[in-house]
Amino acid sequence: MPVQIEGSQAVAAAVAACRPQVIGAYPISPQTHIVETLSRLVKSGELPGCEYVNVESEFAAMSVCIGASATGARSYTATASQGLLYMVEAVYNASGLGLPIVMTVANRAIGAPINIWNDHSDAMSQRDSGWLQLYAETNQEAADLHVQAFRIAEALSLPVMVCMDGFILTHAVEQVELPTLEQVEAFLPPFQPRQVLDVDDPVSIGAMVGPEAFTEVRYLAHDRQVQALDLIPQVALEYAAITGREAGGLVRPYRLDDAETAVIALGSALGTIKDVVDERRERGERIGVLGITSFRPFPLEAVRHALAGVMRFVVVEKAFSAGIGGIVDSHVRMAFRGHTVPPNYTVIAGLGGRPILKRSLHAMLEEAMADRLAPLTFLDLNHDLVDAELARQRADVRSGPMAENLLRDLGTVRSAPH
Amino acid sequence: MTEAPIRFYQVGSFAVGNRLLPLEVRTVQAESDRSNAITSGHRACQGCGEALGARYALDAAMAATKGQMFAVNATGCLEVFSTPYPETSWRLPWLHSLFGNAPAVATGVAAALKAQGRDDIRVVAQGGDGGTVDIGFACLSGMFERNDDVLYICYDNEGYMNTGVQRSGATPPAARTMTTQAVGDDPGNVFGQGKDVPRIAMAHEIPYVATATVADLHDLEAKATKAMSMRGARYLHVLVPCPLGWGSESSATLAVARGATQSGLFPVFEAEGGEVTGVTPIRRQVPVEDYLSMQKRFAHLFSPRRRDDVIARVQAQADKNIRRYGLLEES
Repeated sequence: MPVQIEGSQAVAAAVAACRPQVIGAYPISPQTHIVETLSRLVKSGELPGCEYVNVESEFAAMSVCIGASATGARSYTATASQGLLYMVEAVYNASGLGLPIVMTVANRAIGAPINIWNDHSDAMSQRDSGWLQLYAETNQEAADLHVQAFRIAEALSLPVMVCMDGFILTHAVEQVELPTLEQVEAFLPPFQPRQVLDVDDPVSIGAMVGPEAFTEVRYLAHDRQVQALDLIPQVALEYAAITGREAGGLVRPYRLDDAETAVIALGSALGTIKDVVDERRERGERIGVLGITSFRPFPLEAVRHALAGVMRFVVVEKAFSAGIGGIVDSHVRMAFRGHTVPPNYTVIAGLGGRPILKRSLHAMLEEAMADRLAPLTFLDLNHDLVDAELARQRADVRSGPMAENLLRDLGTVRSAPH
Repeated sequence: MTEAPIRFYQVGSFAVGNRLLPLEVRTVQAESDRSNAITSGHRACQGCGEALGARYALDAAMAATKGQMFAVNATGCLEVFSTPYPETSWRLPWLHSLFGNAPAVATGVAAALKAQGRDDIRVVAQGGDGGTVDIGFACLSGMFERNDDVLYICYDNEGYMNTGVQRSGATPPAARTMTTQAVGDDPGNVFGQGKDVPRIAMAHEIPYVATATVADLHDLEAKATKAMSMRGARYLHVLVPCPLGWGSESSATLAVARGATQSGLFPVFEAEGGEVTGVTPIRRQVPVEDYLSMQKRFAHLFSPRRRDDVIARVQAQADKNIRRYGLLEES
């Protein structure tokens, strides 16, 4: 039965239905409501048999999950932004040790300048961490992906990050059908750890490995991610069979069959993009959308297959790599390895919570479809503002704090220039 | 097997042969079927205080828990010399994650055991002083603050010995390390406020805090055993001389450790709920100079120019410890 519920609470309910035994909890916006809700569920007895550990940092939260998972307990935590970066050492360790921890990343920009709003910089920074990364388009999908995440993580003995856009999804009240306990029980078997601390069968977990075997360990980590390319769609099908809801999988094509132009994106921006594409379809333009749910492993084959007929593609990204450009676009182009890559454009949009407006997408697509778009475009960039700052920097080596100068130019602050 | 009581005479040393002791006070290591948490054949340096301390502490804890125990290990000498893949010295379930997170990992293990209803299995976490008093300090304090059911053992060799002897927050003043070199007007480590983690642990008012050294292994075993008889967060701080880092003879590890306690520089005590409940008195006080001169890391205090001023400052620290803990019975 659908309920009106905040995204964070829907995720907390889905996680609770998976019966985690240990939760490492540390607050950070915009993740906070998730651990708050789980705190209530544990304390009220609605999530029995769970140890809820209030820790002193995200680094400790992930470390608690590592210890718990190695002891055979289903483990969960949630974070975002600076918090994810603060736990990075343990993030890599969890995947290196093959511990099937599930973590929500309520995606948020990384400072400086400090910014609490949404983009994908945080999770994208962990693309090489060995974790699987699934991106939710809606709160319904966020809830469903968490149940699938435990199943995938435990089947592969690898940790899974479920990424959902901070505030846009976490704080939005929407209609969501929550996975029921019965459905989850039918779908998610009890956690059978592949390796576990056991007094009757002692093992040493986390030994030091030298040059003679380290490459092999890394190769096996890659092989396990490749196995996930088969497992993720299969799990999505089984989930749909039990709940009647389609969620997850590797990629989600939308009106792509006869499309000449494809727009590629991850997460909640797909909703706006699909609206824009619907409007352009009404004008007879052959345009479609490819949503990427699984960023790790990256489904090269599925992406190439989905884009086989397009004449051009535009990758809309909510993160970027300074000094080179898009992150996702290099992956998409890699999907064409051995084939001709059609003309393509990278559009950096929605950084630090800037709204991705339909009119901006329309204008951008006009340019792209006329093949006039710059290869790397920052959507809605205030060129006057950056040009003024660049000129100031050229004129005066010591221009003062960049962000403050920009805000002064915008009239937001009135202090004298440095 | 019948045992006739054998009388012996104390000769001014704690190194009384274990097998000469009456049965009831013999310790874990006297038993041929002892648990042997860490086996021989590991790659620790000759005379390593940490290998010795870990063996006695963990074997005692294993005996106290009848082998129902997991160990969590921080990165450091102990982890590196005991688990070069594909070999391991550990005969109990053992988990290493990172340098700075052993207390939190142990918390996770304890939480999982609690959730699984397995209160018969206990958790010991261990690390060196770098992993404990510096990089892992926040996790340690968090574990104390929540009173998680973990015994944390710090093997304090007063520096980062695994990376080639650099200073840590536990390095004593005036000591030479590779990052506090014996050059300049004030050679060696600075005289700061110090980072007295046993006292910081006491400030958390956890059930049990104790210090020990490898010079008194019976005491170390007794404290590990006592710690395992309790629940909640417990902390054991063990002084383990490092022949390599301290520049002491490999054969002198126990003598150096004894020098640390008998000079008053390393007070041996235990505390419950934040209050000192017992101290090991100094038997025969030695001047700090006797202790310092056994180690090359303090050689710059004696040559080329004797630094009586610095030695006096170190002596003042020892005297303060003696007063604070009442280490001299007549004082």
